[in-house]
Amino acid sequence: MDGTDRLVVREKTRAAEGVVALTLARPDGGRLPDWAPGAHVDLTLASGATRQYSLCGDRWDAHTYRVAVLREVDGRGGSAYVHDELAVGDTVGFGGPRNHFAMVPSARYLFVAGGIGITPLLPMVGQAELVGADWALLYGGRSRDSMAFRDELARFGDRVRLHPQDEAGLLPLASFVADADEGTVVYCCGPGPLLAAIEDATAHRPPHLLRTERFTAAELGAPVRGEPFVVELARTGVTVTVGPELSVLEAARRVGATALSSCEQGTCGTCETAVLAGVPDHRDSILADHERAAGDCLFPCVSRSCTDRLVLDL
Amino acid sequence: MTTTAPTARPAIPVVDVDPFSHEVLEDPLPMQAALRDAGPVVFLPRYDLYAVARYAEVRAALVDWQRFPSSAGVGMSNFRHETPWRPPSLLLEADPPHHDAPRAVLSAILGPRALRRLTDRWFADAEDLVAGLLDGAGPVVELDGMAALAAAFPLRVFPDAVGLPREGRENLLPYGDHAFNAFGPSNDLVAKGAPRVAELSAWVGAQCAREVLADDGFGAAIWAASDRGEITPAQAPLIVRSLLTAGVDTTVHGLGAVLHGLATHPDAWATLRARPERARVAFDEAVRWQSPVQTFFRTAEVDTPIGGTVVPADRKILMFLGAANRDPRHWADPDRFDLDRDPSGHVGYGMGIHQCVGQHVARLEGAALLTALTRRVERIEPAAAPARHHNNTMRAFASLPLRLHLAG
Repeated sequence: MDGTDRLVVREKTRAAEGVVALTLARPDGGRLPDWAPGAHVDLTLASGATRQYSLCGDRWDAHTYRVAVLREVDGRGGSAYVHDELAVGDTVGFGGPRNHFAMVPSARYLFVAGGIGITPLLPMVGQAELVGADWALLYGGRSRDSMAFRDELARFGDRVRLHPQDEAGLLPLASFVADADEGTVVYCCGPGPLLAAIEDATAHRPPHLLRTERFTAAELGAPVRGEPFVVELARTGVTVTVGPELSVLEAARRVGATALSSCEQGTCGTCETAVLAGVPDHRDSILADHERAAGDCLFPCVSRSCTDRLVLDL
Repeated sequence: MTTTAPTARPAIPVVDVDPFSHEVLEDPLPMQAALRDAGPVVFLPRYDLYAVARYAEVRAALVDWQRFPSSAGVGMSNFRHETPWRPPSLLLEADPPHHDAPRAVLSAILGPRALRRLTDRWFADAEDLVAGLLDGAGPVVELDGMAALAAAFPLRVFPDAVGLPREGRENLLPYGDHAFNAFGPSNDLVAKGAPRVAELSAWVGAQCAREVLADDGFGAAIWAASDRGEITPAQAPLIVRSLLTAGVDTTVHGLGAVLHGLATHPDAWATLRARPERARVAFDEAVRWQSPVQTFFRTAEVDTPIGGTVVPADRKILMFLGAANRDPRHWADPDRFDLDRDPSGHVGYGMGIHQCVGQHVARLEGAALLTALTRRVERIEPAAAPARHHNNTMRAFASLPLRLHLAG
């Protein structure tokens, strides 16, 4: 796998007012990395911007991913590009998947979605149904037309409560979680005010029974360095220039490093390598935020460099 | 062994061999070559089984959890029709979505980040073990590499890391041996273990309880994950059980494999002494070369095409990991134990969502023991022919007589 893993847009459809759904696949149709509900991928758009999108397709289909993208009126252009320019047949860079919003086992779930926050919850409700859990979804949006995937949720009947704000007002969070017992896990994804409100509504419960994901506009982790950088292998002193077509791992191997790897997707951790100088551009699915910030190791199968030069213990 | 290509359906090579016979377990390599050469997928009439032995097909089957799930058992027994001998593993014998949470929890606990705190201690423990064998023993030491090193080191560090009490640790190897035999057919190897199954299972089960486990080990970390709701309290003991089942015999025989490789390849030992940082690569090359875990099964979820034929739904398929790891279609000079080779991508730990969750633990054990040996031992050679230990799943040694020439 090279340093510029790409996906091709196979389908682009309107999922709701202001929301498009993309079906993505490898250009060669090959198998994609496995994922679980709550996972997101990084997509690198033509502008070089990287955005995170929750996977909202079917994990039993190993060959396509689905994401849904809301047009953000005040955004920085990523969503406008996806809506206005990205076309079927175009490619995007991708990294991940990563999962900071994993589903924990429970007999009962309450899901709360605000707007585009439905995307990570959509595979979760499917999974809750699959394992026979008791569950309900409260789904709010500005208006009915703005709420994606209403058709797919219809099969769940009255487990799903649609709550368009222009018809029904704010989400009745307090009553929705009122009868949550100690075996009920609450999952919530949506805009900041919704997350604050659900935290208030569940403040009397043990904190681990509320699991939330915040959509941040920040470009987490992966500012792709377009230009080449130099990697120095400290054990031999050999240097190699890593262009965008190569992974650090592959480049190091070409100049004689014996670096063990396995998944080559940044998920297994086998190729962990100490960083002696330089700042790594972490693109793996392993490190926690504080470990990324430490900058003392990287996974060269996927991770790259933020600096001109990176010195590795290889 | 006869290989025929019948013209009638099914259009699949039929190979009449018993992969679990003592003759094959003693030396599986000729059978593996025959299976690879017979075709991308073969039929084994002895057990009414489909099988893959080439690298490409084994790897493809391993990663395809959608069409080759594990919850019907990863041994010969089909749990959809037969009752398993013990409650199924939440990891090995589970599929998404039930597999997700136990796997995520154990991956974090056994991941390279978490192991960093063990590294110094295990390297020191390995030096200590080696010193105990070599100090004051003269310039040449003969020992059984299995008992003195390959078994001794994991049994010294791993149960402590899990947080097991001292009493009863001698049960770990027989329990694991039986568990790995039980993936095969109900042959004499399974019968041999049967009298102690109840006793050993009860002991292992008792060690999984929270109050039995030390409060700073992998076991306690699993229970702590249940406090955070990441797994249920009912899942915690079964996840501890997975550590105890899969975490000992496998590394013992992985270490046996690398010691055997280094003893029989003096050039490799010289390379490792000059570059001890290659110890992890040496360990993985040994896992490729000997493949301590030789086989696992899957069950076809739907009619699944492989190599021009179809494995029908609900039928078992046997994946020969050891054969894949020596497939000349994928590896150059595959029978050679070669420290200059890059063994990355071998399937000795499996591949995909079920890939060995303890692989980093195993590599750390290997690196610690090999590094300690390179500091003290100039040359290592066989003192006598090794004796194989037969197991339905593992390629193992009963004894590995070694002669160590100590560095001056």
